Amino acid sequence: MTTLESAHGPEGGPVGMSRRQLLRHTAWFGAAVVLTVTSGEVISHLGTPPAAAAAVAQDPHALRFVQISDSHLGFHGPANTDVTGSFSRAINQVNTLGFRPDFVMHTGDLTHLSTPAQFDQVRQMLGGLRTGQVFTVPGEHDSVDDHGQKYRAAFGSGTRGDGWYSFDIKGVHFIALVNTLALEKLGHLGTDQLEFVRKDVAGLSSDTPIVVFSHIPLFAMYPTWGWGTDDATQALSYLRRFSSVTCLNGHVHQLFTKTDGNVTFYSATTTAYPLPHPGQGPGPIPLTLPAGQLGPALGIRDVSYQPGQHALAIRDRRLA
Amino acid sequence: MRQFTTSLALPAVAAGIATLAGAAIAVGIITSPTTAAEPGAAGPAPVVAEQAMPGMSMPAGGSPTAASGQDAPVATNAVAIQNFAFSPAIVTVKAGTTITWTNRDQDSHTVTAMPGGPFHSPTLNTGQPYQYTFTTPGRFDYLCTIHPFMTATVVVTP
Repeated sequence: MTTLESAHGPEGGPVGMSRRQLLRHTAWFGAAVVLTVTSGEVISHLGTPPAAAAAVAQDPHALRFVQISDSHLGFHGPANTDVTGSFSRAINQVNTLGFRPDFVMHTGDLTHLSTPAQFDQVRQMLGGLRTGQVFTVPGEHDSVDDHGQKYRAAFGSGTRGDGWYSFDIKGVHFIALVNTLALEKLGHLGTDQLEFVRKDVAGLSSDTPIVVFSHIPLFAMYPTWGWGTDDATQALSYLRRFSSVTCLNGHVHQLFTKTDGNVTFYSATTTAYPLPHPGQGPGPIPLTLPAGQLGPALGIRDVSYQPGQHALAIRDRRLA
Repeated sequence: MRQFTTSLALPAVAAGIATLAGAAIAVGIITSPTTAAEPGAAGPAPVVAEQAMPGMSMPAGGSPTAASGQDAPVATNAVAIQNFAFSPAIVTVKAGTTITWTNRDQDSHTVTAMPGGPFHSPTLNTGQPYQYTFTTPGRFDYLCTIHPFMTATVVVTP
């Protein structure tokens, strides 16, 4: 059952379902994801009370990382006339979280048009992050005309295939996937990458927490707009035996959470401009919000994991 | 055990959106997409259908270019790229015809044949045209690689 704490907001969102509709909806479906809302933040956790999430901050052995997404450097449009400035604010916000994250993952659409200048700019800006390591996965905007060659030249060091890879930090296994290169409406992983996933997790104990990064969602969030990955089912089948699987994606420029068995999906928001909620309007076209409303639609996400806990705690923060 | 699926045939998405107190962060929550395939598993089936419908039926008042793919073929050699859609979405030309696409949007787009197809424009900025001459009869599906939800078709007749 979903709990929305402190959910006393306005009855209707700017373009969304009303709170009453949401509560009705979640009553119908039930949901294992618990959202805790405090000032400017949404905290999602699976069976972990908020107090435990707070305790992570005090634990030196805890894993803490940040996800940022969809910065679209080079975008020019009324939806955000200064995406560079917004990305700078996001980076500054990461650097002033009060802790140094183990790593920062950017889940794609670093650039808007994959130009060399845009890749150079985003590389330099990411270099300003105070963190142990910076990881990326490509978005479709990062592979507009070259199947991701310029992306891999900038960010592909140490990756395999078309840019996928995995790594382990503090007992958590991370898999970074590339599902934006197929020139199809939907995301696609392909047989080589599926085989990589199968072999990658084959030797892992089933109680190893798994985190999967991708740009396009690995669940069918809204296939009409291409918000899904046509062969994700196969990849997820290799992860069925694990007790905790967390999939973090970008692409949709809005927060969205879904849980299915052992897998929980979290779509992240953007640092650039919002997109409509699924099905609202003719397509996922950049939304121009009234003055003053852009900032709250953008944000960053930090994730923590305490050894011994079942699941990760996800905290989404609006852009400061 | 529920099985996860991304099948397009299923009305997989049920979107819940709310604006939350003081936070102005909109969050959607959905649960297992297989609810629809397992009537009685969680909630009444009609609810699932109702929730999923926004994805299946575009609003009647939407842009005429919204439901690409469902548009009637138009005999023309000019395609506008406007409001993040190719218009007309399906064009019919005789072999030997040169089609001109023109980007009327503020954002950039491409005209890129699906894998195996013969044409691939560079990135088109505002006002830029792209031309391709179709010599072989057949059906050519294409998209914008920058915005892959933008799909359209050229049908070339002998």
